[in-house]
Amino acid sequence: MAKLEIRELKTWIAGLVILLFAAVPIVSILTDQAFYMAQYSRIMIYALAAVALNLILGFGGMVSLGHALYIGIGAYGAGMLDFHGVTNGWLQLLAALGVGGLFATAIGAVVVRLKGMTFIMITLAFAQMGYFLAVTLRTYGGEDGRAISARSQMYLLDFSNPVVLYYAIFACLMATLWWVDRVITSRFGMAIRGSKSNERRMLALGFPTFRYKLAAYVISAQICVVAGFLLANLTLYASPSYMQWMVSAELIIMVILGGMFTVFGPVIGALVFLLLEEWLSNFHSASFPAFGELVNEHWLAVLGAFVIVVVLTARNGVYGYVGKRGRTP
Amino acid sequence: MSLFVAQILNSFQLGALLFLMSAGLTLVFGIMNFLNLAHGSLFMVGAYVGATVAAKTGSFTIAIIAAIVATMLLGVVAERTLLRQLYARDHLDQVLCTFGLLLIANEAVRYIWGPSPVFINVPAMLDGTVRIFGQNYPAYRFAIIVAGIVVVLGLYLLISRTRLGMLIRAGANNANMVSALGVNIKFLNTVVFALGAGLAGLGGLLIAPLVSVQPGMGEPILILTLVVIVVGGIGSIRGALYGALIVGLIDTAARVYMQIGLLQIFERSVGQAIGPAIASMLIYILMAIVLAFRPQGLFPVKHG
Repeated sequence: MAKLEIRELKTWIAGLVILLFAAVPIVSILTDQAFYMAQYSRIMIYALAAVALNLILGFGGMVSLGHALYIGIGAYGAGMLDFHGVTNGWLQLLAALGVGGLFATAIGAVVVRLKGMTFIMITLAFAQMGYFLAVTLRTYGGEDGRAISARSQMYLLDFSNPVVLYYAIFACLMATLWWVDRVITSRFGMAIRGSKSNERRMLALGFPTFRYKLAAYVISAQICVVAGFLLANLTLYASPSYMQWMVSAELIIMVILGGMFTVFGPVIGALVFLLLEEWLSNFHSASFPAFGELVNEHWLAVLGAFVIVVVLTARNGVYGYVGKRGRTP
Repeated sequence: MSLFVAQILNSFQLGALLFLMSAGLTLVFGIMNFLNLAHGSLFMVGAYVGATVAAKTGSFTIAIIAAIVATMLLGVVAERTLLRQLYARDHLDQVLCTFGLLLIANEAVRYIWGPSPVFINVPAMLDGTVRIFGQNYPAYRFAIIVAGIVVVLGLYLLISRTRLGMLIRAGANNANMVSALGVNIKFLNTVVFALGAGLAGLGGLLIAPLVSVQPGMGEPILILTLVVIVVGGIGSIRGALYGALIVGLIDTAARVYMQIGLLQIFERSVGQAIGPAIASMLIYILMAIVLAFRPQGLFPVKHG
């Protein structure tokens, strides 16, 4: 009985967050605050990437510190083709997924055989490779990146309308959540989870774990490519900063913060983390203006301290905490 | 020919720096099974402290001592207060905590020294050039190579000839057993961490006159250092040395010769566009090839 209540509580939280996401454009239009829609579009894009990362991190035990690479590939897919006059969004997305697939398969083939620390270091190094590659592309703006002239033309979907773009992102996030929720209990998902807990046993059972893990890695990367494509459409900009390793680390932090063993956790992680980031970077204190200014200027240090505290104390994340507490009353 | 000699020397200079960084990182990883992403921050702090002390006292020698002492102290404090708790935890926690530490270090440096870059002059004694193979080469860059060689020899003697070195080797092999034999392994860990921190600080100070000292300067070199220790074999000092030389050579040579070679194949605009792009990817491609054939690295630690 108690277990059911916890599950209900979790469903309630997830449902409320989804309702919040769904309602933002309405509130935004009613209050005439376009800012909220852009802010929550960004939150959902990172949530999408974090859910994708969690597929291999939480369920597959593959700690990728390089998923920002794929966000960058998605963004450059829109940016580079736009530069060459291709404004068809489906073509841009297809090109980005093609390149992303090539990169993910090649990198994945090297990394999924590795374990623990080596996996982390290599994914980081490959992502940095992409970053430096983007920096050397002077035609597309080099280090500064390049503005995109217009939102991608998606024909049936009019991305130039922020509400349409918002709900497109919302739909991508919902579809991914639904799919991940189903896949982790499927044969494929079980094989991935099995190779996390005991790869040797999975091999003995006859599962080609390399192929399963590689497939999971590529799928996770491709969802991030989609997130990057959406991000470029939101910001109308493609720059190497999207693939900085800071972004990869932030994605992991979102996953941990929300709860890495849950499907919905990363969404809450992204929401809390990005709202905190927003709050800290605009921090001001009426009673202690000097303190407010200090935090405002060096908010990244506060964020760093926050990350350390979360890792040391709240290992199961905000959303995971709900279930954990209920299970052992 | 002259370009070739200069490039070889440049690659040794980068190799020396990379070795200073990777020796500490790989020792800490080998013994404590701990990856410190904030290792680059020690490099940065070394550069800042050295630059400040050099500007105040006018003596580069004092700056070297100050940079090493400051980073060692910082390393000891960080190890004793926070990092020690992470040794037993999984790698994900280690990476995230040290990443948080890195953010704090960058902001602390920005708070103390301000956001604009700090510059430090090459010491007057090393301001000129030296002649090597009939070729003029900046004396300071040559001094970095010499410093690298001195550190390599010093580390070799420390690790293979002293009691402390013996304990470090034993700790890397089986820390529990060393502890059971009555060695204070916690103290040993702190010593190793401080040693690595001091080497990173020295590296930061040495490069300071050649680059602009600014927040975040440790991160690019940290990534290269990771490549070095992966290529060389994690935990192996010998691997760190060879890895540093290989990565230094390829990174330096690729930037120059890729450009020249590609310009002969393609027309100018294309060569200039893709040359740097391929050159910047080359060491990562090397790393992928090494991992595909020898996942344990080129010069792994030999056990038993």
